[in-house]
Amino acid sequence: MTTTPNTPAAALKEWPLWEVFIRSKQGLEHKHCGSLHASDAQQALQMARDVYTRRQEGVSIWVLPSASITASAPEDKDALFEPAADKIYRHPTFYQIPEEVGHM
Amino acid sequence: MAAQHINYLLHLADNALILGQRNAEWCGHGPILEEDLALGNMSLDLIGQARLLYQHVAALKNDGSTEDRLAYFRDVPDFRNYTLLELPHSTAMAPTAANDHDYAATIVRNFLYSALMVLQWEQLQASKDGQLAAIAAKSLKEARYHLRHSRDWLVRLGDGTPESNQRMQQALAHFMPYVQEFWSASDMESAAAQAGVGVDMARLQQAFNACLDDALAEATLQRPAGGGHISTGKHGLHSEHLGFVLAEMQSLTRAHPEGVW
Repeated sequence: MTTTPNTPAAALKEWPLWEVFIRSKQGLEHKHCGSLHASDAQQALQMARDVYTRRQEGVSIWVLPSASITASAPEDKDALFEPAADKIYRHPTFYQIPEEVGHM
Repeated sequence: MAAQHINYLLHLADNALILGQRNAEWCGHGPILEEDLALGNMSLDLIGQARLLYQHVAALKNDGSTEDRLAYFRDVPDFRNYTLLELPHSTAMAPTAANDHDYAATIVRNFLYSALMVLQWEQLQASKDGQLAAIAAKSLKEARYHLRHSRDWLVRLGDGTPESNQRMQQALAHFMPYVQEFWSASDMESAAAQAGVGVDMARLQQAFNACLDDALAEATLQRPAGGGHISTGKHGLHSEHLGFVLAEMQSLTRAHPEGVW
């Protein structure tokens, strides 16, 4: 079956994927909240506003092309992250923290 | 005098409610998920504006009216919205199930209405009706976003493929004659403008044309020649389409009056 460019499915294949980051409050960092398809950066920004900030989630939005993210491969998980599992001494839990320091 | 003030507020409220109801038809049927949500968001903005205006009217009338009674228990001749806003999302003279929702029509109409409302809400912020001025300040922010959204798509589709350009051009030709109603005189608007409550609409025409021409040039669309029948929705004389809009919108409340969640 051939699809014409008019069908939504074909359009979505042509539109690149964007990752959306929202800053929920001034002073906090932007956090990844999802992704969407859009034809360019401006459109991605506008769509992110409509999809991800409807419930007052944000004061600032970043979008970036998903293609520009270099990600670790899931099959590398053991090699990359397993070795840290038995090195609990890397957590700073062996120090006495003075009361007046408070929450760290 | 007071009656014209109330008619003017109903005109503003009915505009927002009817376009809000029309755009809500896209809910679950948007061309893509993001646009489905965007149209839903904007519908809720418009229905929110209508609610504030109906509440204000109900308070002014002080005769037991409520926002619900004004929205759900008035009939076609009582509605004072522009005819433009009640038309189907289609440029076909007799839309069928196969062609009754054309996004080009939706975008062109939203552009024309939000371009007008940005100008009108700007002016209404200085209304002598303090409540209306406050509603205008809130609605202006929403209208600016609606204009941004529809203008963006107007340019993308106008300057898109040959088919999208042709469909946008067709939607413009279909809707532009109804824009004449914005500038036609009415007693309620004249009275409201004279009382410092409303806006002299003729004074907005130049800025509206500049906004339209600027967007059309960027969208590589041709402005249709003016003229033609001047619609009369704001006088309560509507097209055959408003009855169907109201039937769908009002049937539930009328079947279960005073029903609550």
